[in-house]
Amino acid sequence: MADVKPLVEVRGLAKHYERRGNPFVRRRGASDVVRAVDGVDLTIRRGEGVGLVGESGCGKTTTGRLLLNLIEPTGGQIVYDGEDLSTMNTTQVKEFRKRAQLVFQNPFDALNPRFTLYRSLVEPLANAGVPEDEHETRILRALERVHLRDAERLLDKFPHQVSGGQLQRIVLARALVLDPEFIVADEPVSMLDVSVRAGILNVLREAKQDLGLTAVYISHDLALVRYVCERTVVMYLGRVMEDGPTEDVVERPAHPYTKALVAAVPTPDPQQEHVALPILPGRPDATAVPSGCPFRDRCPEAHARCAEEVPAAHEIAPGHVVHCHLFES
Amino acid sequence: MLLETNDLTIGYRTASGALRAVEGVNLAIPEGEIVGLVGESGCGKTTLARSLIGVMAGNASIERGEIRFQGRDLVSSGARYWKDRRWRDIAYIPQSAMNSLDPVYRVGDQLLEVLIRRGGMDRAKAKRRAAELFELVGIEANRLRDFPHEFSGGMRQRAAIALALALDPKLVIADEPVTALDVIVQRQILDTLDDLQKRLGISVLLVTHDISVVAYVCDRVAVMYAGKLVEEGSVDTVLGSPVHPYSMGLMNAFPDLGRASRTLVPIEGAPPDLHDPPAGCRFAPRCPFVVDACSEPPAIESVDETHRAACWRIGEAEALRKDASEVTTWQT
Ligand SMILES: Nc1ncnc2c1ncn2[C@@H]1O[C@H](COP(=O)(O)OP(=O)(O)OP(=O)(O)O)[C@@H](O)[C@H]1O
Ligand SMILES: Nc1ncnc2c1ncn2[C@@H]1O[C@H](COP(=O)(O)OP(=O)(O)O)[C@@H](O)[C@H]1O
Ligand code: SF4
Ligand SMILES: [Mg+2]
Ligand SMILES: [Mg+2]
Repeated sequence: MADVKPLVEVRGLAKHYERRGNPFVRRRGASDVVRAVDGVDLTIRRGEGVGLVGESGCGKTTTGRLLLNLIEPTGGQIVYDGEDLSTMNTTQVKEFRKRAQLVFQNPFDALNPRFTLYRSLVEPLANAGVPEDEHETRILRALERVHLRDAERLLDKFPHQVSGGQLQRIVLARALVLDPEFIVADEPVSMLDVSVRAGILNVLREAKQDLGLTAVYISHDLALVRYVCERTVVMYLGRVMEDGPTEDVVERPAHPYTKALVAAVPTPDPQQEHVALPILPGRPDATAVPSGCPFRDRCPEAHARCAEEVPAAHEIAPGHVVHCHLFES
Repeated sequence: MLLETNDLTIGYRTASGALRAVEGVNLAIPEGEIVGLVGESGCGKTTLARSLIGVMAGNASIERGEIRFQGRDLVSSGARYWKDRRWRDIAYIPQSAMNSLDPVYRVGDQLLEVLIRRGGMDRAKAKRRAAELFELVGIEANRLRDFPHEFSGGMRQRAAIALALALDPKLVIADEPVTALDVIVQRQILDTLDDLQKRLGISVLLVTHDISVVAYVCDRVAVMYAGKLVEEGSVDTVLGSPVHPYSMGLMNAFPDLGRASRTLVPIEGAPPDLHDPPAGCRFAPRCPFVVDACSEPPAIESVDETHRAACWRIGEAEALRKDASEVTTWQT
């Protein structure tokens, strides 16, 4: 694997927001800076499916938007296929926007409610300057990928006239219509019912396989990430805690936070054990990130060093990295 | 049975005509058990749950049926009697309870209000009880002075549970209590509910669309589809050997962290519009096992003493379960 050049290389990525909130609402010990993403290193190889997981507010969406160059980082660097995103010129940015696509969590955010579904699908093609005589074939091909039944009948409709599952397929088709090589899907099924969700997950899996897509899936649902991603990255308060093959991360979680996260997921098995969660009470607050390891105030294994030093990346198996002092060799 | 509905049927008047959100439902909640109510969005879970406390939307009405609480029908007992049962006997935690606390009052004051107004306690006693309730749900009593915005989502959900438990109800109805929460918080809330149920011996109706949540805490489960109860039984039986094709479909569509390799099986299609549901079995348009008989609505029938389902092909469940696990079965 080492000889394959990565598609995306992220070093020390940070995004901090200034907070202009109501001072009376401010929590004790909080600062004015929201550390949404706080020093993320990430390497994404071509054709890889990477799941970004972690609790609400840990920086998943922000990371996704940074990867797509939709917002500007406060620090660090993203190199996409050899080009630094921050130094791309307008032509390069335009090209990048074709190659990299976002799939929204809420289909209603992705589609203009006053456009027919057809118009929503044509729009990216027109914007990208794809010749008009190619539009129809491109759209039909994308619709086939997402297995939208009755597509012809549906395309004249408006978003509110079709079901959530159909809409999410259109949103996916819209992301695929430009034949991207990289997609970031932010909670692509969280708004959908279980029975419909399965279909979309299968489409995602297939699209990735058939098109050789490189994909980042953002989700707080580990079971879903396990289903579609061969690699899983666990985030906590803007940092990566663990990064490794999904199988290893789920079956043999190493980081104390990953252990708690995996243990917390209920399964459809009525006989599952009820074990105490290995985590201390509290909640992550991006305006008051602890010194050293950001997880240390909830970590059952925290020791003196954890407050003093940010843990380095320790590779515990090939491609499996843990940011925790316990793994100092 | 602590609570039992008989042929419960609830309609809404809407701009586009009448709609039956709950039809002919016989739900049973035994004493001291947690009963899960599952089904996809719009199938009538909230409508059913809210009807049990007699607080429904203005355009809703109970068209027929009974709600028997400790043997007495609430529907025919009059609004007064029903209202007296609320909080005291049957408490309700609304969907999005997290946002249902009044933002301008301290959380503790909202609790005191219920204890004093509804429970008739004097202020000193109510304060002691409020502190006790907070401890019970795992929030420190000194946080009673906080405003709702000072609480995290999980704490707000705990406060809503404390509020529901204020007057020692026998039955707590919790509508999607963990849906918007992160797994760790979700797990803590479920453990709290489970623990309280055991310690206080109360019954809980837990509305959810998440089968894993049912598997984790519930004793029994009722599955709804398009306004009707389609299967009901112990969690072990219904999740382990479902006999209704919809329940089979739900189990096969659900991602399981413990079993990664299994291919998920989608249920093709979408639930019917309740303004105009199919005349026969409501699941028929999506059901891969449909036969001629399905053009008539199947009644809910006993599979065994504690397990019931509404499907014409109950007797063949074992063979159907096998077919239901294949993606191709559903792609007709
Ligand atoms: N535009 C913004 N201005 C200020 N703060 C922001 C902004 N966007 C995000 N944040 C903050 O940054 C942190 C990370 O947010 P982000 O949306 O990336 O989290 P997430 O992991 O995607 O969470 P969720 O699971 O809830 O979607 C949070 O504390 C959030 O409140
Ligand atoms: N106030 C209302 N007026 C009209 N229709 C409603 C109202 N509330 C719910 N409904 C309809 O009743 C059906 C059941 O809704 P609900 O009980 O909220 O389902 P669930 O809780 O299972 O998602 C849906 O078709 C919904 O659109
Ligand atoms: S009654 Fe018929 S259509 Fe309905 S679930 Fe059973 S087999 Fe399917
Ligand atoms: Mg997000
Ligand atoms: Mg509901």
